[in-house]
Amino acid sequence: MRPTTECLLSLFAALLISPASAQIQNQPDDGQWTMPAKNYASTRYSTLDQINAANVKNLKMAWSFSTGVSRGHEAAPLVVNNTMYIVTPWPNYLYALDLTKPGAPMKWVYQPNPTPASQGVACCDVVNRGAAYYNGRIYYNTLDLQTVAVDANTGKEVWKTKMGDINLGESMTMAPIVAKGKVIVGNSGGEFGVRGWMAGLDADTGKIAWRAYSTGPDSDVLIGANFKPYYRSDRAKDLGKNTWAGDQWKIGGGAAWSWVSYDPTLDLIYYGTSNPGPWNPEQRPGDNKWTSSIFARRPETGEAIWAYQFNPHDEHDYDGVNENILLDLNINGKPRKVLAHPDRNGRLYIMDRTDGQVLSAEPFVYLNTTLGVDLNTGKLKFNEAKATGFKTVRDACPAPPGGKDWQPSAYSPKTGLLYIPHNNLCYESQGTQANYIAGTPYVGMLSRMYAGPGGNRGEFCAWDPVKAKKVWAVKEMFPAWSGALVTAGDVVFYGTMDGWFKALDDRTGNLLWKFKVGSGIIAQPVSYKGPDGKQYIAVLSGVGGWAGAVVAGGINTVDGTAALGFTNAMTDLGKYTTKGGLLYVFSLP
Amino acid sequence: MCFRCLSNLWVVGSAIAANQPVLRVCADPNNLPFSNQEGQGFENKLAEMLAGQLGARLEYTWWAERKSFLKSSLEAGRCDVVMGVPASLASVATTKPYYRSTYVFVSRSDRNLHVTSLSDPRFAEWRVGVHVVGDDYAPPAAVLARRGITSNVVGFSLFGPYNEINPARKLIDAVAQGQIDIAIVWGPFAGYFAKQESATLDIVPVMPATFLTIPFTYEIAAGVRKGDGELRTRLDNAIASDSAEIQRILNEYGVPQVREE
Repeated sequence: MRPTTECLLSLFAALLISPASAQIQNQPDDGQWTMPAKNYASTRYSTLDQINAANVKNLKMAWSFSTGVSRGHEAAPLVVNNTMYIVTPWPNYLYALDLTKPGAPMKWVYQPNPTPASQGVACCDVVNRGAAYYNGRIYYNTLDLQTVAVDANTGKEVWKTKMGDINLGESMTMAPIVAKGKVIVGNSGGEFGVRGWMAGLDADTGKIAWRAYSTGPDSDVLIGANFKPYYRSDRAKDLGKNTWAGDQWKIGGGAAWSWVSYDPTLDLIYYGTSNPGPWNPEQRPGDNKWTSSIFARRPETGEAIWAYQFNPHDEHDYDGVNENILLDLNINGKPRKVLAHPDRNGRLYIMDRTDGQVLSAEPFVYLNTTLGVDLNTGKLKFNEAKATGFKTVRDACPAPPGGKDWQPSAYSPKTGLLYIPHNNLCYESQGTQANYIAGTPYVGMLSRMYAGPGGNRGEFCAWDPVKAKKVWAVKEMFPAWSGALVTAGDVVFYGTMDGWFKALDDRTGNLLWKFKVGSGIIAQPVSYKGPDGKQYIAVLSGVGGWAGAVVAGGINTVDGTAALGFTNAMTDLGKYTTKGGLLYVFSLP
Repeated sequence: MCFRCLSNLWVVGSAIAANQPVLRVCADPNNLPFSNQEGQGFENKLAEMLAGQLGARLEYTWWAERKSFLKSSLEAGRCDVVMGVPASLASVATTKPYYRSTYVFVSRSDRNLHVTSLSDPRFAEWRVGVHVVGDDYAPPAAVLARRGITSNVVGFSLFGPYNEINPARKLIDAVAQGQIDIAIVWGPFAGYFAKQESATLDIVPVMPATFLTIPFTYEIAAGVRKGDGELRTRLDNAIASDSAEIQRILNEYGVPQVREE
């Protein structure tokens, strides 16, 4: 007994002395890719290093696969047990490809048959951000609000749970994660006056274990005795209701349409919520909690442990949904458990993930709508000159898609850097455009977006989260709307909307290799070890999404305010790419 | 793509349907008083009338009128005409307007509110219902918001539950049943649904007619794809040639109409 205890104690001591091995960013890696962000910490870091900065120039296409769907492809392929799984945009097919056979032939396809009408509800193209593997099953969401579990071997549906009603303007586009046996899923539809929620389903049965709304009384938000937000102003009762005028919280937005991270040690999931509605901020006085916020919750019960609002009373469509990358870092000389969150408002938040304290919030892109975050109160300071409403505001930066939208960043424990694909867009806004829905004329926001300073609409940058500084940046003509992937081979991968798949040196940003694919890339690249022991890189091509709707949706570019104003910034995209969903897989010869 | 082949479509339609051309209209399957799948809306009747004038057979593509409706329907080539769009809508080519209506105040007659203006101080106390159109509140709510009146403004979503019959009616029902004191609603909804309530309702045009460049009256037209001038001209001629019948249909459905200022 005694030697064992000593052994354990010394092990414990060793962990204390050298915390590097226990840092959350150092996740085990078996060469598979079982969830879109690679791991619960959401680093999108692969320890595979056959493909490296020296030999990536020899990278060749190994095989490809057509999805048969032409709208925007945003998903990450999964690789589990020598099978690759791909979720398409609506009609949300799930393909299984056999990696053990030459050319990876299809094993099966699962077709959930979502209702065609759901296409009319999705605000910004009919995308899907992917699936998660857990315990022999593939879990994902359909546009018409079904969460499905599919047997990973047979392609047979195990269960299907209806999570909401598309007739209320809701849809689902996010990729779930599975934590502690619960499938965590949330709704989309911030542009349709919905009430946002995140839910946990029992992975075995599909039964809804909990549903936490983003707005409303504490009982609906699952805020209870254990809710301890860092900032005093967030500790009052029923803020999800009392920071709204009247009953507006009932249709106030706050959809949870993007990423979920999980810290198994703290037993907390982290996710953000979308912007509030109605669009005109004058009509919703108050902070409008908990829209454009981040929640830390228990995965089994949904109970909120802390929350923080990035953008109180949002005026610019700055959703708080962007990725939260979990890192253990030395900040100001002290080891801290943090999360890194590049927000739509253009600031890179480093927060203590145990309690929600903001440690820094520096701009990673040109911005003028905010002045900074008061680290004592946590309050975002606004530039009143750029406030919107029924008046004209010019040169507000970043534009509604933000300094960065949903496109997820990566983090390399090797370099200690974040790799951030992002936008460089500004806009002008007027509240006087005639519009209509269902026979009802009204005046909607007239918004036009255009390139920010420098004339480039996108950028891919490396960011030091400890120093809170940009290390290098590469300009892109179009918004960098794909995810990032970084590997132990010191290579970082991403794709561009004009159809180039690129490999950069992760320390310098130097371009090492590029390949022209069939259609613009807005998806998430992954890396995996094949049954032959080789390292592969895979990415979906297929332009679309909000930024690419001008091509995928066939929008008439005469009207620059279409696609909620994004068309104005993207009129030339059609000259550079056409639509079409194709998977590309690369390896060394 | 669709711009170029329009006239061909017209010809192809002729060939199939025994030399009778086809007027292809996209419409909402569940949105009275404008349209429904049974053809009971006044835009259905107007489309029938226009098809008759053109000697064409009327053919519908049913598609819920939500955001991206035009993109999915008219612009995707699923049809050639959409009825009932604001004449100033920038994204389509619009015909001559065939009516002009206004947002209206709706209250129970027995409440004797006698409201005439958005500047009425009683709006600060009343429970005021408005439609929520996507994530925009109906335009008059902007005036109230500018005066700091927000907490007593209640949004009723146009969208839902959309699978129930006449989702837009809930707002008028709420007035009739006393859940709200007053509704500010687009005229055609008020005129049509008020007639179906057991309580008598007062309907008064919203004044002032504009605020901060936001209009509360709108001219309504049919929309065709930009560049489809030939079809637009034919529709314009049909609208001009039977304005009496158009008036009869609008009156039958109780559409409040206002003159151009």
